[in-house]
Amino acid sequence: MNTRGLRSQLKDSVPVTGLCPQAGPYGVQDSLRRGFSSVKNELLPSHPLELSEKNFQLNQDKMNFNTLRNIQGLHAPLKLQMEYRAARQIQRLPFLPSSNLALDTLRGSDDTIGFEDILNDPVQSEMMGDPHIMTEYKLGVL
Amino acid sequence: NVSCQEDSPVFRFGRVTFMLNTSTKTPTGGFSFENTRRNAVLEANLSEKGYSAPNARKTGTTIAGLIFKDGVILGADTRATDDMVVADKNCMKIHYIAPKIYCCGAGVAADAEVTTQMMSSNVELHSLSTGRPPLVAMVTRQLKQMLFRYQGHIGSSLIVGGVDVNGPQLYSVYPHGSYDKLPFLTMGSGAASAVSVFEDRYKPNMELEEAKQLVRDAITAGIFCDLGSGSNVDLCVITEKTVDYLRGYDQPVQKGLREGTYRYKPGTTAVLTKTVTPLTLDVVDESVQVMDTE
Repeated sequence: MNTRGLRSQLKDSVPVTGLCPQAGPYGVQDSLRRGFSSVKNELLPSHPLELSEKNFQLNQDKMNFNTLRNIQGLHAPLKLQMEYRAARQIQRLPFLPSSNLALDTLRGSDDTIGFEDILNDPVQSEMMGDPHIMTEYKLGVL
Repeated sequence: NVSCQEDSPVFRFGRVTFMLNTSTKTPTGGFSFENTRRNAVLEANLSEKGYSAPNARKTGTTIAGLIFKDGVILGADTRATDDMVVADKNCMKIHYIAPKIYCCGAGVAADAEVTTQMMSSNVELHSLSTGRPPLVAMVTRQLKQMLFRYQGHIGSSLIVGGVDVNGPQLYSVYPHGSYDKLPFLTMGSGAASAVSVFEDRYKPNMELEEAKQLVRDAITAGIFCDLGSGSNVDLCVITEKTVDYLRGYDQPVQKGLREGTYRYKPGTTAVLTKTVTPLTLDVVDESVQVMDTE
């Protein structure tokens, strides 16, 4: 769902920190997991849409919540965000694809079809994350 | 050798190469920009040698739409070009979106096709959710929001026309996301030729036959005056009661007939030796596909 593009609400949009921050937990290049780094790869976007697509959903949510706050008061976005947070916790194990049904219903994207449903469907991806590493990362042990 | 990919280092151990997916991010759907850097490097390498990368196939089109007394008429030619070669002599450029809403697509053929299919699905879901027949304005709004999001990289220009509770309506949407609502519209490379016919002879509240003739003339003007358009004229007449999809309504360009036969007579080439090797095969399935030869 796309609200009107209110420029005044965009001041809180997600800042551009960098394309692929290669820093590991100690702030240094994590060669084991992410390979060697290259300055060119990190600084320059390879495609003009890469950055805007990365943050698109976040920016949309921010604009929607700001508009909702202006129209209905503070409690409306607070309550919705609480529900989002609760719905986001209903997940399968980290290396398995989750349906995110509750989250989709809240967002209203359960009755829209976009490119994220047609292209690169995570359910049909050929590579799976390593179960041990992903679970350890999620639990914070890694 | 270790590659510089973002999230899956490749290790070569002895003579075995294996890939470790140590990414800790959950995969998301949608467009993936992984290969854009590789493509940029490949294109640079190719252009050094003097070759160029292949282009997406554009339709090089004439599409037109018109509002007449009882509804909307959409018209399109049927040629798809690949740079300077005709890729498809009889493609369908008028796409179905809803029972009373159709959409003509110009620009990159694949983009127009996928965009209209996605719109059709979204419109169906939306009308199931609201319980009402869809509005042409709703289709236009979703199209323009999506095309603006991708900043013109989805190269499809569309003419959306249909009849809904507000009467017959016609919108055009450009690849960057702007739209127009007008009584007659043309798009594509042959738009200038087609719109000149419309500007000359359009009147509000025309009758059906007169309007069909006018759209046919406009598309024919595009076919003759524009190299990117050709072959037949397709029409789609949408009224409140019926939808008439007239595929191949007119064929202004017939392939010429050859005056003589240019085949060699049997016996022209002398036969020196002849060996016959019979193959024992069983006929499983026989089907005939007629090709457009001669």
